[in-house]
Amino acid sequence: MFISDLFEETYFAISANKTRSGLTILGIVIGIGSVIAMISIGQGASGQIQSSIEGLGSNLLTIMPGVVQPGRGIVSSGRGAAETLKNEDIEVLRSIAGVAYISPELQRRFQIVSPAGNNTNSTIIGATAEYPLVKNVSVEQGSFILENQLRSMSRVAVLGPTVAKDLFADSDPIGKTIRINKVNFKVIGVLQAKGGAGFFNPDDIVLVPLTTMQKILAGADFLSTIAISVQEKNLMSQVQDEAVVALSVKHRVDPQNPDFSILSQADILGALTQITDTFTIFLAAVAGISLIVGGIGIMNMMMTTVTERTREIGLRKAIGAKRLDISLQFLAEAVMLTFLGGAVGIILGAGLAYGVTFFTGMATKISLFSIILAFSVSAGIGIAFGYWPAQKAAKLNPIEALRYE
Amino acid sequence: MIEIKNISKIYKTGDVETKALKDISFSIDDGEFVAIMGPSGSGKSTLMHILGCLDAATSGQYFFDGKDVSKFSDDELADIRKEKIGFVFQSFNLLPRTTVLRNVILPLIYANFPREKREEIARNSLLSAGLDEARFNHLSNQLSGGEMQRVAIARALVNDPAIIFADEPTGNLDSKTGELVMETFRKLNKEGRTIVLITHEKYIAENAKRKISIRDGEIIEDIINHH
Repeated sequence: MFISDLFEETYFAISANKTRSGLTILGIVIGIGSVIAMISIGQGASGQIQSSIEGLGSNLLTIMPGVVQPGRGIVSSGRGAAETLKNEDIEVLRSIAGVAYISPELQRRFQIVSPAGNNTNSTIIGATAEYPLVKNVSVEQGSFILENQLRSMSRVAVLGPTVAKDLFADSDPIGKTIRINKVNFKVIGVLQAKGGAGFFNPDDIVLVPLTTMQKILAGADFLSTIAISVQEKNLMSQVQDEAVVALSVKHRVDPQNPDFSILSQADILGALTQITDTFTIFLAAVAGISLIVGGIGIMNMMMTTVTERTREIGLRKAIGAKRLDISLQFLAEAVMLTFLGGAVGIILGAGLAYGVTFFTGMATKISLFSIILAFSVSAGIGIAFGYWPAQKAAKLNPIEALRYE
Repeated sequence: MIEIKNISKIYKTGDVETKALKDISFSIDDGEFVAIMGPSGSGKSTLMHILGCLDAATSGQYFFDGKDVSKFSDDELADIRKEKIGFVFQSFNLLPRTTVLRNVILPLIYANFPREKREEIARNSLLSAGLDEARFNHLSNQLSGGEMQRVAIARALVNDPAIIFADEPTGNLDSKTGELVMETFRKLNKEGRTIVLITHEKYIAENAKRKISIRDGEIIEDIINHH
């Protein structure tokens, strides 16, 4: 039997009962379609988180006071409670080779009121002139905080786009006065929008000079974070190690047990992709169940077909078909059904993913990996669930098969 | 052509043994037209299944073209059926919802016959079986009984087999169509085909040149018909 004959026989067999074949294929279509859609949603989410974390700054190291306990993640760091990072630490860090820019920050949440009486509660960050270079932000309107404004503890503020919109709606905020924690500040600039990162919104901030923040608003002389931009990606771990040693010496603590922690972007990314990967696997597993149900549908149809076509199988054997010919024929039928289902399923899954993006704005990503996975899984299901019925057909005794009523 | 020596067939159902064939020996030469006759339960179908390489005997030897096929495996027997044997069944056994031509081509598919020559051979085969050319592209279930049996005969002929086994070929046909089908077999035999006909009806067996009668698994008569 030639391969082309096998295909032709398979085509005739499948098209002989279009309704039943169609319904069987539908099971696989739904299975493959949901696997593709779910994986694309999961991968889209992780891709979005990855790009927004990279958008926070390039080659970024973040130093925080207190200890980030392994296993407890970055959320429960002791930020705010510990006050171990000081302004003097900046000079120590600046002497490390490979450091490009340093952005010391002190952040608190305060109530902000606009002249029109609109108010909002936002994160106020005391920052220096290097902040835009480290954090990959740029000013859309007006200007950023300058060195002399830092030295003179100027009461000036740069608004994040979300805050600007909350306070001023569509009117121009530049030059207006706002009140942060009952202190007047002059708006000198508005940042460019970066978009949400899922877990926090980088647009919902107000930047003021660090000196102003420490002396006037917070009344504190410590820092909540120090962000370091490293010159090159491959210097990251070296700079991180040197910073640990240098700060430990400065703080007179054991470098094995420092009173601060340094997170690199890779650490944050690792923690978050772990979450999204788990999420993706969970979604795919749920979708995978429908794929298995679809496969059982194929097996059910093939079993029925074998029984229905018993006499035909007997005849084929009588005119010289071998066991292999018969089992290949039924196996090809099952694989063809799953392949058709797989192809339609991929289109359906891609459509669903686009639909999700279109209607909810959630990012989705259809990867080649998920398509290859879906196709090989559907072929595998065809073989696995078609094998038993095919063997059953091949083992039929021709005489009994011919007599079957 | 074919020769069986001391063939026995025993069926076991639980502890009960049924001897369907008891020590049967005979041979059939090239170009013969043999009718195997007997009432139902006589063992004639069992004999045909063994002769047609669909089943293996419990004991005894079977020589097909000089080769002892009694110990052949399922797949080796399938090869003999594919290359040397054509079957015509009482209930036609055509593929439903499939054209006449495709039904006749089916054995050629398993024989790996070149695709481009299949249709021509199938047409010739249908013509020698006496089917009207207008029917060639009809679906098999649109035909009358007589036409279906002609298609089945054409299918049996298409591989140019050494021998054709016909199991009650007129059993599902009225006597007039049955007579036409028998005429086709006589014609094929005249052209040199070896034909083995299994029947329980005496007048059908009269068409053959030689008649082997079986009862209770034993040959009771082996005579030449004088027409």
